[in-house]
Amino acid sequence: MNSENLLFLLILLPFAGSALAALLPANARNTEAWLSGCVTIASFAIVAYLYPSISTGEILRNEIEWLPGSDLNFTLRMDGFAWMFSILITGIGFLVVLYARYYMSPEDPVPRFFSFLLAFAGAMQGIVIAGNLILLAIFWELTSIFSFLLIGYWHHNAAARDGARMSLIITGTGGLCLLAGLILIGYITGSHDLDNVLASGNTIREHTLYVPVLVLILLGALTKSAQFPFHFWLPNAMAAPTPVSAYLHSATMVKAGVFLLTRLWPVLSGTDEWFFILGLAGMGSFLLGAYFAIFQQDLKGLLAYSTISHLGLITALLSFGSPLAAVAAIFHMMNHAIFKASLFMAAGIIDHEAGTRDMRKLNGLFSYMPITATLAMVASAAMAGVPLLNGFLSKEMFFSATLGQHSGSVLDSVLPYAATIAGAFSVTYSVRFIHTVFFGPKPSELPREPHEPPHWMRRPIEFLVLACLIIGIIPSIAIGPYLHTAVTSVLREYTPLYSLAVWHGINTPLIMSITALVSGTLLYRALQNYLAQSEDGPPGIRQFKGQRIFERSLVALSWRWARWMEETFGTQRLQPQLFLVIFIALIAGCWPFLETDPDFSLIAVAGIDPAFAILWGIGIACALGAAYQAKYHRLAALILMGGAGLATCITFVWFSAPDLAVTQLLVEIVTTVLILLGLRWLPKRMEQIDNATTLIARTRRLRDFVLAASCGGGMTLIAYKITTNVELPETIAGFFLERAYSEGGGNNVVNVILVDFRGFDTFGEITVLGIVALTVYALLRRFRPAPDSIEIPEQQRMQNDFDDRQPDRKVGETVYDYLMVPTVLMQWMFPFIILLAIYLFLRGHDLPGGGFAAGITLAIGLLLQYLASGTRWVEDRLHILPIRWIGLGLLLAALTGMGSWLFGFPFLTSHSTYLEIPLIGKIPIATALFFDLGVLLLVVGATALMLIAIAHQSIRSYRARAIESAKTGEDN
Amino acid sequence: MELILSLGIGILVGSGVWLLLRPRTYQIIIGLGLLSYAVNLFIFSAGRLIVGRPPVTQTGVRVDPATFADPVPQALILTAIVIGFATTALFLVILLASRGLTGTDHVDGEESDR
Repeated sequence: MNSENLLFLLILLPFAGSALAALLPANARNTEAWLSGCVTIASFAIVAYLYPSISTGEILRNEIEWLPGSDLNFTLRMDGFAWMFSILITGIGFLVVLYARYYMSPEDPVPRFFSFLLAFAGAMQGIVIAGNLILLAIFWELTSIFSFLLIGYWHHNAAARDGARMSLIITGTGGLCLLAGLILIGYITGSHDLDNVLASGNTIREHTLYVPVLVLILLGALTKSAQFPFHFWLPNAMAAPTPVSAYLHSATMVKAGVFLLTRLWPVLSGTDEWFFILGLAGMGSFLLGAYFAIFQQDLKGLLAYSTISHLGLITALLSFGSPLAAVAAIFHMMNHAIFKASLFMAAGIIDHEAGTRDMRKLNGLFSYMPITATLAMVASAAMAGVPLLNGFLSKEMFFSATLGQHSGSVLDSVLPYAATIAGAFSVTYSVRFIHTVFFGPKPSELPREPHEPPHWMRRPIEFLVLACLIIGIIPSIAIGPYLHTAVTSVLREYTPLYSLAVWHGINTPLIMSITALVSGTLLYRALQNYLAQSEDGPPGIRQFKGQRIFERSLVALSWRWARWMEETFGTQRLQPQLFLVIFIALIAGCWPFLETDPDFSLIAVAGIDPAFAILWGIGIACALGAAYQAKYHRLAALILMGGAGLATCITFVWFSAPDLAVTQLLVEIVTTVLILLGLRWLPKRMEQIDNATTLIARTRRLRDFVLAASCGGGMTLIAYKITTNVELPETIAGFFLERAYSEGGGNNVVNVILVDFRGFDTFGEITVLGIVALTVYALLRRFRPAPDSIEIPEQQRMQNDFDDRQPDRKVGETVYDYLMVPTVLMQWMFPFIILLAIYLFLRGHDLPGGGFAAGITLAIGLLLQYLASGTRWVEDRLHILPIRWIGLGLLLAALTGMGSWLFGFPFLTSHSTYLEIPLIGKIPIATALFFDLGVLLLVVGATALMLIAIAHQSIRSYRARAIESAKTGEDN
Repeated sequence: MELILSLGIGILVGSGVWLLLRPRTYQIIIGLGLLSYAVNLFIFSAGRLIVGRPPVTQTGVRVDPATFADPVPQALILTAIVIGFATTALFLVILLASRGLTGTDHVDGEESDR
């Protein structure tokens, strides 16, 4: 397999493994570990295999077209820097999996754990090898989501839930800012492709949008890397299982921020804004993180603040903008990942074996677990920057970087001192970690007797600590070439000369190191007794917690302010809401006219056909009448609305739209029947609520009237302006008219558009229709009519009374005979209506008609039978099963669309040909006809389903009445 | 002709908006009906009012787009008419259910106190 495809496999493997892991049974702890181990080690092997080509400076690329039109492709790109990160992600990932196998208890649901862990690894891998900025943002968000799931893994624990939520809110918000920033970069450079962006550093730095871009991207990176002032989510994320902390807070998650800063370093760095924002955030985090870490009582809390501090160091290095500092930053990312992962794992072992992480209780564990203690000691020495360990080298580079000139301001002279103080603090907390936990008196109040962990649980730490030693002692052999590959891929032609030697002679950085080591140890001696029983958190500013501020503002924002807004501006009432919506729509409609000077002279008064004027005279009267009558005379309003509908329908005929006229007429019929069926369930007129007499009510009516009149007047003006605008711009009508026959095989252009050119839209629309019909059906299944509507209507009661009084008539006969003549007519018309529907359907492709019209016609045919003979009579004779019609229609339309796949064309490609039928001769036939048949079936089913469901309520109310009377019978 | 149709559209919109702002659910359903006529006519009229030239071509005759009415607004409206019926049905059912549940046909589910 070539290396390009291997890149794709690097993304695919963890996600596929994640899906597989989720499917395994809950107790398959070993299988899960084997699966995840294989996935991570295979990914590691792939990354290692790619080294020879990467080391020559080659950039591996794999581009899969995704949305090329939006400049969004699935581009994977691996250079030396991405390679280095991939090694960390996969390598430490494997060690974490191994460790987690022993750490997780048999009671924990491990499939969820390993599934999330693998998916997280995949997302992180995606960030580092994404070659498109938008793709990078997608993977970035994925890491936020999976870290949320991993931190909240023990979701029965409130601290885990809170920590997970906090990390998601902060990193997710940062992610949104990042996305905005990356989109802006794409806007500035004209491309989201990483290579293009990296090549246009000057364009970006000189652009007016540079500062917004920088701020947005830094917001994304600083929240992710838990930098001051967004650092507080990280300590709260310690509620996660320790393998998660070891992975997320050493090699991945928090490293994503500094990874991105390094990635974009050649593009964004070197300006004053970059130096001041990043430098302050970085140095602040370095100093404060180290200071806070000293006073933590929780082992993991100490490590969390130390992580913030070390990432601050990296951020500060990146802020300097000098290539040498960038080298140190890259080197320290690697070193920190190695020693911090091993320290987290050691903390996990102590927690696991001693039952607590509280440093006030942990004492003298050295005699119980000497090997673990030794390993932890070496790792913390690396963290403190003790010579001959990897942490020393990069810290030394940091110290020398702080000595340089950066901005020429007072910051330059402060920097070395701040760096030394923070260095001393990190020595203090490292010494504290070791001294408190492993030395001193034997522990007295531990929940259980501590002992060494299983061999394999310790192996990952052994391996990592070995790496710390090797890199620390022979850096230029052990890490030199790999670091160089990474550095050159970021800095390219700016790669400085740097030396990885352990001994540089006695110079300022060494003196700073020694000062830090000595003063840090002395500080620990001074604080030792205080720390042994102090509260959690640094003295003085213990009350000042970022977490509490965050939670307060969250409550204020999402609860108090929201409540206040709702109480002040909100309303449950529909009328004010609708008024506002319409009012705003009116304003929006008027807006364009304020800027131009519209000409509303009546230019086309002449040439009015009197018949058309009369038609709309009636139409207008109907509309006004319907508006006037809708309150008390519902039937009259319905009829008047139908009148307006007929005027509309005739207008369609008049102006060359026969298809619309046919459909409008048919829909008019079903709508009228529909509302007629509903009228029966509406309440009687209530005289006492006629409240138009009060002043408030009258004012409100006047206000509504003014709004309605303005809307109507405005629409008249706009419609008039549009229709009389003689210069019709070039439209797409010509395209459809010219190609309807040659490409769609039909002469009725409207129908060809519906079933062929825009077939996919129609497919969507019939789907909506089907869904609405099913919703209506489902809603009516639970329908309970109002009590005063359950009784038999007055007219029926009179007719039944009449039957009752006549000795020769049975109850119900009059009702049945009432429509005798129309009934016979309607029954006889049934076959002819079916014939009409078939006719409308078949001619639809060439002449007005088509699936919609034919479908409604057929539904009307069915409906007439219900009207004529009653629900029971029809259903004794005819099984309509409308839901099956809907399903069949949708299926047929979809299958017709998919049929074109068989011939290698896109979905819904139509084909038309001539079919030779014996006796009849040649007839044109298009695959669109089958699609139209699907439309027909669905329209029949949907229309029939809705109307029959409403009609059925009358039968159901008989049952309701029966139950009601049975109840009253019992009561009596 | 344009003037008459524009007036018709305006009156339909005005009546529809007036009804939308009324308190009874039945008034809303009639109002929505009138508004949908108006909107359909408005979109239709954007394709200009052309008499006697429906967009139906003839086989074998070269097509001159200028001699036909615009088929695009027509195709847009055709499905809108059918979907409009479906939403009317949906609204009717909700109206009936709300009336059954709350015992009133006021849009808020309770008589307004003002």
